[in-house]
Amino acid sequence: MYATSYHRASSVEDAVKLKSANEEGKYLSGGMTLIATMKQRLAAPSDLIDLRHIPTLRGISVDGRKVTIGAATPHADVAASRELAAICPAICKLAGHIGDPHVRHMGTIGGSIANNDPAADYPAGLLGLGATIVTDRRSISADDFFTGLFETALDEGEMVTSVTFDAPEKAGYAKFNNPASRFAMTGVFVAKTAGGVRVAVTGAGSSGVFRHQGFEQMLASNWSPDALANVAVDASNLMSDMHANAEYRANLVKVMAKRAVASAG
Amino acid sequence: MGVEGIGARVTRKEDKRFLTGKGRYTDDMTVPGMKYACFVRSPYGHAKISNIDATAAKAMPGVIDVLDGKQLQADGIGNLICGWMIHSKDGTPMKMGAWHPLAVDTVRYVGDAVAIVVADSSGEARDAAEAVVIDYEQLPVVTEAVAALASGAPQIHPEAPGNLIFDWQIGEPEAVDKAIAAAAHVTEIEILNNRLSPNPMEPRATLGIYDAAEDHYTCYTTSQNPHVARLVMSAFYNVAPENKLRVIAPDVGGGFGSKIYIYPEEIICLWASKKTGVPVKWTSDRTEAFLTDAHGRDHVSKVKMAFDANNRITALKVDTIANLGAYMSLFSSAVPTYLYATLLSGQYAIPAIHANVRTVYTNTVPVDAYRGAGRPEATYLLERTMETAARELGVSPAELRRTNFIRTFPYQTPVIMNYDAGDYEASLNAAMQAADWNGFAARRTQSEAKGKKRGIGMSCYIEACGIAPSAAVGSLGAGVGLWESAEVRVNAVGTIEVLTGSHSHGQGHETTFAQLVAGRLGVPIESINIVHGDTDKVQMGMGTYGSRSGAVGMSAIVKALDKVEAKAKKIAAHLMEASEEDIVIENGELKVAGTDKSVPWFQVALASYTAHNLPSGMEPGLKETAFYDPSNFTFPAGCYIAEVEIDPDTGETDIVQFVAADDFGNIINPMIVEGQVHGGIAQGIGQALLENVQYDENGQLLTASYMDYAMPRADNLPSFKLSHQNTPCPSNPLGIKGCGEAGAIGSPPALINAITDAIGHNKLTMPATPMKVWQALQTAH
Repeated sequence: MYATSYHRASSVEDAVKLKSANEEGKYLSGGMTLIATMKQRLAAPSDLIDLRHIPTLRGISVDGRKVTIGAATPHADVAASRELAAICPAICKLAGHIGDPHVRHMGTIGGSIANNDPAADYPAGLLGLGATIVTDRRSISADDFFTGLFETALDEGEMVTSVTFDAPEKAGYAKFNNPASRFAMTGVFVAKTAGGVRVAVTGAGSSGVFRHQGFEQMLASNWSPDALANVAVDASNLMSDMHANAEYRANLVKVMAKRAVASAG
Repeated sequence: MGVEGIGARVTRKEDKRFLTGKGRYTDDMTVPGMKYACFVRSPYGHAKISNIDATAAKAMPGVIDVLDGKQLQADGIGNLICGWMIHSKDGTPMKMGAWHPLAVDTVRYVGDAVAIVVADSSGEARDAAEAVVIDYEQLPVVTEAVAALASGAPQIHPEAPGNLIFDWQIGEPEAVDKAIAAAAHVTEIEILNNRLSPNPMEPRATLGIYDAAEDHYTCYTTSQNPHVARLVMSAFYNVAPENKLRVIAPDVGGGFGSKIYIYPEEIICLWASKKTGVPVKWTSDRTEAFLTDAHGRDHVSKVKMAFDANNRITALKVDTIANLGAYMSLFSSAVPTYLYATLLSGQYAIPAIHANVRTVYTNTVPVDAYRGAGRPEATYLLERTMETAARELGVSPAELRRTNFIRTFPYQTPVIMNYDAGDYEASLNAAMQAADWNGFAARRTQSEAKGKKRGIGMSCYIEACGIAPSAAVGSLGAGVGLWESAEVRVNAVGTIEVLTGSHSHGQGHETTFAQLVAGRLGVPIESINIVHGDTDKVQMGMGTYGSRSGAVGMSAIVKALDKVEAKAKKIAAHLMEASEEDIVIENGELKVAGTDKSVPWFQVALASYTAHNLPSGMEPGLKETAFYDPSNFTFPAGCYIAEVEIDPDTGETDIVQFVAADDFGNIINPMIVEGQVHGGIAQGIGQALLENVQYDENGQLLTASYMDYAMPRADNLPSFKLSHQNTPCPSNPLGIKGCGEAGAIGSPPALINAITDAIGHNKLTMPATPMKVWQALQTAH
């Protein structure tokens, strides 16, 4: 790791100020990607602005069916939230299967989506739920937020403060782990929301998380795993690597989608 | 036998310090003035070094010096060598290319060391290493053994034209060809044995300390055999004469073979310590470990097995190409020859065997022994072939094996080994019963009802441990003898230190060796300490690998104990005015048999050191040394059965049952043996389902971290059903065969036999990842 300066931000305003004062600095949330990358000397931010101690960024609130999760809320809190489990168990299940217990107690929802790893779970969850990402300066729909591999709609210095969504009527998540890293080699989140059926796929797309319109249309008319049996998955936009080629991933997209629907009930 | 003697489940004495974080590993060692090393390593698979410019690096904060291969060569430090001579079938010696500890003109794999930076902190050393400017001229790269043999392949060493190191054979080619021509059936199969990274929990590390006043070196290192390290560094690498070089291998966190060899880093740190005048420590990080620890396996083989009309094997023909990487590591030549082809008879009476082995240089990290070392490759090849033959012949796999089992001992195979004892059918029967083999059909039906595919597979393995009779291995090309030494030192108060040349790096010697002594003398296990891993403390030793520490290391302790006991009996007889022949040692006392006369152990020890009243002419003291050279290898064997359920939608394999029935001869500590078997099977499952080293076409290691190199984890493993059969080994005093590698040897073929049974055809290579199994299922449809 190269030398860096650590700052503990006390508030969102403080964090934004620190970031603008240190152009080569980076926000640090759980650090589950950033710290590992720095240890490999693949990232060298001059300053780290730690967001985890800002009280307003942490916690889950449920108001009727409206859910708000603070950006610095660790995965373990989401996984264990009874209020959330009562109205959207799929997101708890998703959070409960990210990484391992150490990762789930350090890693945060805001950090995960701001990083937008193409094999991360939360991007599928938030895109599938049609969530809104709230930043220090605006609100962005999930459809607009995830723009590519490790890329988001966030501007320089902009930070995620929370995510909000309305609990869906039904939702489910199924993923198939990469045998080495245990990241999602393919993960599919399905949701029956007020705005319609949404199917989001992570771990498979060569441009990151994406919605599968074909699946959405079929499920809209027939919410059952069988409805997907004859829908083709186009392998041409899927990733190929030593663990899974595009053809195998295309198969996994369908299999996981069916399992996600089955788990949603 | 007692509660702490041989056969008891004594909890491990060493675990308190390991489990409380109090182990002392090489990286824990700190000495005054110590500085830190970082190696500058080749980023290319194959390149000429045209210039090294360390000017900027040397000017960086904290940097003491930057040293390169030309300086090392100028100081007379020798090249690394392979210590086992193999001759090709045309009589020519193996063609060993030069391995400079620091590359001089050419780098041959990604990670090849080019320069060392010594600095005040490891961070400063790393910063400066990035500032060393090296001009490379890239050369063409080849990473696969078969491709390296092809005409026009990049030439890696001038000494080895066409990259061929040797073309060796064993057995009788004419007899084999004749039997194949006359066979009722011939099974042919191509076998790939995938390349593995050893992944001990503790990465390699070394601390070189040069004492100018004494002109003496101390080397702390992560070694399985510190005396061999000293011997080789003295005799071949010109680091220092043996009396001026102390090698200490303190607590070592796993080896699996990868810490047998002498690597460039310990040589360079010792030399750099003299050069810079400061102690120099280097600790590998995990990616460096993937890049530079010797890998294992990497064989490609073609097999023909001939049968007569009664399904008896009449011949076996094997043609193997083994990838040895960019340089010949210390025992690399022995692994695909005498540790491999000599086991190709397996558990079967095969009248004629011929194996041809070609070893090849490639632009990859050197390949050497990894848990099992040659024997897993032989077992996988043979047991995959047997299973395939059973399917082709339409007989049950168990029946085909029974038909061909060796049943009388000793049995001379056509490939050197002389099996001394075994009962292969006993292990087969025990395994089949434990697995409820006969109930499989019903279980398969249940799986099919759930939409799953179920398969069952077996593997009947044999291996050779307790290496090795020195004269025998010497005649086969070994550069060292493979005996072991021990010293039993009884202190004046009766407590005991056992000094052993074996080295414990996870095996639990501090417990099992103490059990042997506690059981023999009837003294508390707490009164016994095992001392190992320091060339200044232990007289000499050949170290721990090849499951040799029980069969060879403990046999040396038995010999030393025999001498100690004989002397103690003489003293006791003298003290009690009894006849020496009447003295027995029991429960910590020396007794006159048939009387109530006794003298406690500690009193005899004290008498030996006060020397006030010893038999006339006896030397004071109670301390004896022994060297034990085995008369034969030992032959652990057994039967493993794997049962799997495959999800055809994803190709994921669930191991629903795993049975291991092993014959290790007599067992010292069943708990430790079970742990060894569990760990071995876990590594075997790793090889069969998960692990695979992959280089790209430029020689870049694609699997250089756990993000891409899949290690077995707890949820990949079932609960294992273990049992032990026992035909004691006749060639050593304890009847021990060895248990450290069996799990890794026996399990891969059982798993792949089970998976290919489930998918209904044989087109599957290790590791059987979900994608490969899914693809195999698509071709079956």
